[in-house]
Amino acid sequence: MSYDLYAEKIISCYEHPHNKGQIKDANAKFREHNMVCGDDITVYIKVKNNLINDAKFTGNGCAISIASASLITDYIKNKKVDEIEKLDLNKIKELLGIDPGPARMKCATLALIAIKHALKNYLTK
Amino acid sequence: MYDIDKIRDDFPILKTKMNGKRLIYLDNAATTQKPQQVISAIVDYYSNYNSNIHRGLYKISEKATQKYSESKEIFAKFINANSIEEIIYTKNTTEAINLIALTYGEKIIKEHDHILISEAEHHSNLIPWMQLAKRKKAHLDYIKLNEQKSGLDIESLKEQMEKKPKITAIFHASNVLGTINNIKDISKLAHKNNSSILIDGAQSIPNIKIDIKDIDCDFFVCSSHKMLGPAGIGILFAKKSILADMPPLFSGGDMIKVVNKYSCAWNDLPWKFESGTQNIEGAIGFRIAIDYINKIGVEKIRKYEKDLMKYFLEQTNNIKNIEVFGPKNIDERVGIASFEIKNIHPHDIAYIFDKQGIAIRAGHHCAMPLVSELSKEKALARISFYIYNTKQEIDESIKAINKVKNIFKIE
Ligand SMILES: Cc1ncc(COP(=O)(O)O)c(C=O)c1O
Repeated sequence: MSYDLYAEKIISCYEHPHNKGQIKDANAKFREHNMVCGDDITVYIKVKNNLINDAKFTGNGCAISIASASLITDYIKNKKVDEIEKLDLNKIKELLGIDPGPARMKCATLALIAIKHALKNYLTK
Repeated sequence: MYDIDKIRDDFPILKTKMNGKRLIYLDNAATTQKPQQVISAIVDYYSNYNSNIHRGLYKISEKATQKYSESKEIFAKFINANSIEEIIYTKNTTEAINLIALTYGEKIIKEHDHILISEAEHHSNLIPWMQLAKRKKAHLDYIKLNEQKSGLDIESLKEQMEKKPKITAIFHASNVLGTINNIKDISKLAHKNNSSILIDGAQSIPNIKIDIKDIDCDFFVCSSHKMLGPAGIGILFAKKSILADMPPLFSGGDMIKVVNKYSCAWNDLPWKFESGTQNIEGAIGFRIAIDYINKIGVEKIRKYEKDLMKYFLEQTNNIKNIEVFGPKNIDERVGIASFEIKNIHPHDIAYIFDKQGIAIRAGHHCAMPLVSELSKEKALARISFYIYNTKQEIDESIKAINKVKNIFKIE
């Protein structure tokens, strides 16, 4: 039986997540829930000159949602805002190193969804 | 004698596999499995006498009509109601509560009135009252949890009753804590304060003997699917004296006696509340589910469930870093136990259980105010037993708990 989902990388990201916390002068922010298991993540993003200057998150969630939040907030730093729009599940799979499968899809993509919403609101402001 | 092998043999799904392992189904508070007898009864209806009820003047329709009424008769007897006039079939518990809130509630609640519920309600016994309170500018009051957060605080109940609520709506057994409320005393207290009382029996009726006359509540609601019957059929018991004055929620076919172009007369009880073609297969299947429960005996089911719960509490007591919620005394709880393993999200627990072929629930259990009080993650894992579960299955669950702890390197 495979516990790929709980690979070393994911467990360690969960136990020691990167970018945990708020950004005081964030100019984009969004809170997203996963109703199925109660994951609740808020992302904070600071955009400067059309680049993601900083990204952090707060909240509670399962190992998959916290690990993906940690990995994706790392990944988007210094990327252009319009690049983020193109990111999808495939990027999450690549970062996690595994396919989370349909049951855990919402957990895996929670932070990315929140990031996209935050940036959309930022752009239409 | 409790013949567990024979019981298990009646449930075809228990022979199936999940993720390559024999299915261990421990999510009975969400819905129970169905015995072959129930499945066959539904197949028999569609194969041999499918027809609409209350209308056809021919043999098979007579039979379907009779089976539908019989289902209510059997249920009325099951809870010791006076007659089927007091038994209304709905889609589920949720619809039954909404029906009361939207008809009876709508009629009697006025501005500044009080509606009393508790902090441990399932959303289906919370949102309809919240909405009613909003519509009427009435107050929604909560009975608080006790200090141990294992059930309701009796002092708080008494305090809230002093506000003289018009309606009190409360659970019999909690779907999160498993805690059983003393609904007979609560009904008495409510009536003493001139409040009518609704009991949410979704989690109690599967394993606790219900005597509606003894409880003396005004409304009792539950769902067939949580007691071996098919989904899509729920039950509203209401005292006849209340139903007689209560307006129907939906109107249309079947619920009327005579119709003119500009007026109509409602049908007799309980049909006035059942408009349009009903869930006939559901009623037929539900009846067979009650027969099945009766054949074993509710008292025996209760005793068996307590044995399982006792065993589970003993086994988990030896494990570090796990907290099981709800009363320690098994007489005060049904076969439902929510738990937490330190620093592990419940969703991860349920996932690892799934890989072992064990179905459990993780999340807020449709009781967000309560679960938020109990857990910082706002989510819990929950295991819940029914008549076909065994101690060996609990042993497998304990192994799964240890597996979870290993993977997450928790002591
Ligand atoms: C205590 C309680 N009340 C109400 C309900 C709602 O039942 P249904 O979904 O069948 O309407 C449930 C089901 O989970 C429950 O556990």
